[in-house]
Amino acid sequence: MNMVTPRPPHPDENPAGIDLPLDPLPGHSSRGRLERVLRRGEFAVTTELNPPDSANPQDVYERAAIFDGWVDGINAVDASGANCHMSSVGICALLTRMGYAPIMQIACRDKNRIAIQGDVLGAAAMGVANILCLTGDGVQAGDQPGAKPVFDLDSMSLLETVRIMRDNGKFLSGRKLTTPPQVFLGAAVNPFAPPYDFRPIHLGKKIAAGAQFVQTQYCFDVPMFRTFMERARDLGFTEKVFILCGVGPLASAKTAKWIRSNVPGVHIPDEIIKRLEGAQDQKKEGKQICIDIINEVKEIPGVSGIHVMAYRQEEYVAEMVHESGVLKGRKPWKREGRADDQIVADRLEHLLHDEPTQQPVQLVEKAAR
Amino acid sequence: MSELQPVSTTAAGPAGGEEKIPPSATGGMTQATMVKKTAPKTDYKPADVSPQRRVQRRYSVRLWSIRHSRLLEWFYARFADIFLLLHPLWKGIGYGRVETPVKFVEKHVKGLMFDCRMCGQCVLSSTGMSCPMNCPKQLRNGPCGGVRANGNCEVEPDMPCVWVKAWEGSRNMVQGDAILNVQKPVDQSLRETSAWLRVTAQAAAAREAAKKEAA
Repeated sequence: MNMVTPRPPHPDENPAGIDLPLDPLPGHSSRGRLERVLRRGEFAVTTELNPPDSANPQDVYERAAIFDGWVDGINAVDASGANCHMSSVGICALLTRMGYAPIMQIACRDKNRIAIQGDVLGAAAMGVANILCLTGDGVQAGDQPGAKPVFDLDSMSLLETVRIMRDNGKFLSGRKLTTPPQVFLGAAVNPFAPPYDFRPIHLGKKIAAGAQFVQTQYCFDVPMFRTFMERARDLGFTEKVFILCGVGPLASAKTAKWIRSNVPGVHIPDEIIKRLEGAQDQKKEGKQICIDIINEVKEIPGVSGIHVMAYRQEEYVAEMVHESGVLKGRKPWKREGRADDQIVADRLEHLLHDEPTQQPVQLVEKAAR
Repeated sequence: MSELQPVSTTAAGPAGGEEKIPPSATGGMTQATMVKKTAPKTDYKPADVSPQRRVQRRYSVRLWSIRHSRLLEWFYARFADIFLLLHPLWKGIGYGRVETPVKFVEKHVKGLMFDCRMCGQCVLSSTGMSCPMNCPKQLRNGPCGGVRANGNCEVEPDMPCVWVKAWEGSRNMVQGDAILNVQKPVDQSLRETSAWLRVTAQAAAAREAAKKEAA
């Protein structure tokens, strides 16, 4: 007999069996792991999946697999930068199928309130536990500048809409939901764009509208972020919301300059560009800058985690998380069970064993017998 | 017959011709840049790219209104009172019948002062006298995260961000903290209707309800 060493119990798995979905916890609004990690007071790490321009589910699985065991949530972006990609609902469907914990982004640019409320219900039914409410970039930034911008809701009224659906069990119209969506609500903040003195107050507005966690825009200017956090702390917002600081590696000084002048809302100070330009290996230096920034922001009181946006450098996410040591030895859970997993397993069992044939002719014969 | 062909959404030229789709982006260049580069050259390049077409070429009057938000706040309070006093008159003639002339005046006065878009549910008092419908994203709870470092709009680079101005304007106002309220989404069915008459009718109804309660 060979001894099987028992796996140490993980706080984010169902004690009755790892194949079972997580039980709801008191005070939690979702059953997701991200909310559990944050409410437990652990430093959370989220990242972003680069959405494929393809109809192949394997592309999504491969892109998600490189984050295995390193992140607590994966953002499924909704046509970021107004560029057309696989939809966030589609990515979430694939990710939840594989047991990942996606954070579904909803941008107000492409859908009106009718479509959005339907998507929220659909996503929650698929097992999406986290929703991030965004306004979205203008269509002029993307590859289809002639598209009609919708902007029926804005990020704030979107937050409120989903909160009403969850807490009051109603659509915006007042029509009742039989099962409200259990989701952890997120929003985005950008402390690095004017009006700087309004930004912390604006965060308060988002909290009032329903935000439970926020992810910030890329942070390359730590002193500016520190000032923002000080203001947010003074206003008492850090008690009410989990703030995840957005970080990411810059591939080169050229990319940094391009991002600065072409991506709306990203602020990159000159020192960062100078540091990149002075380096032998710019890519490596970009990664090092990111790790340095992570190490600085993790010490700022009120920061509950980081959101790593490594566009086209996803393979470095694990490395950067490891080298900065933000997880403190914690291993984020990789996959989780879904409420309907058993139904899917039963169906497969049924197809494989119980009913060997489904040919129409034979079905008719069987019925006639 | 065929000289007017619909233009494709990629701005790369009319649909149905040869070689219309811009080539796929290669390393170091995004598809959006490719689309912009392959767009047909023309002498006529309007600066306003947002579908919210501007009503005026310059923003000086709009910016004046924001600078004088306190004065306008004071004035509007008196103005709303007068409108409420006239409620019996509006009701006598019929709100439906006065709508056309009132709307005409409202559209042109507010159009001049604030570049009003006649959303029919005016929130100027809560937005520092800066009309949020001029935001290309029509944000009622702005600003968005795309504001440029110089305080200009992400979509229209030469327009000062409506919400940066709203914050400045609200700081001058007595009731400026109304900017902290979360605004409801726009009711699109109220477009091109009179916000003045709506507010007056609602205030009159509220006053009557209060009277009934007191009695």
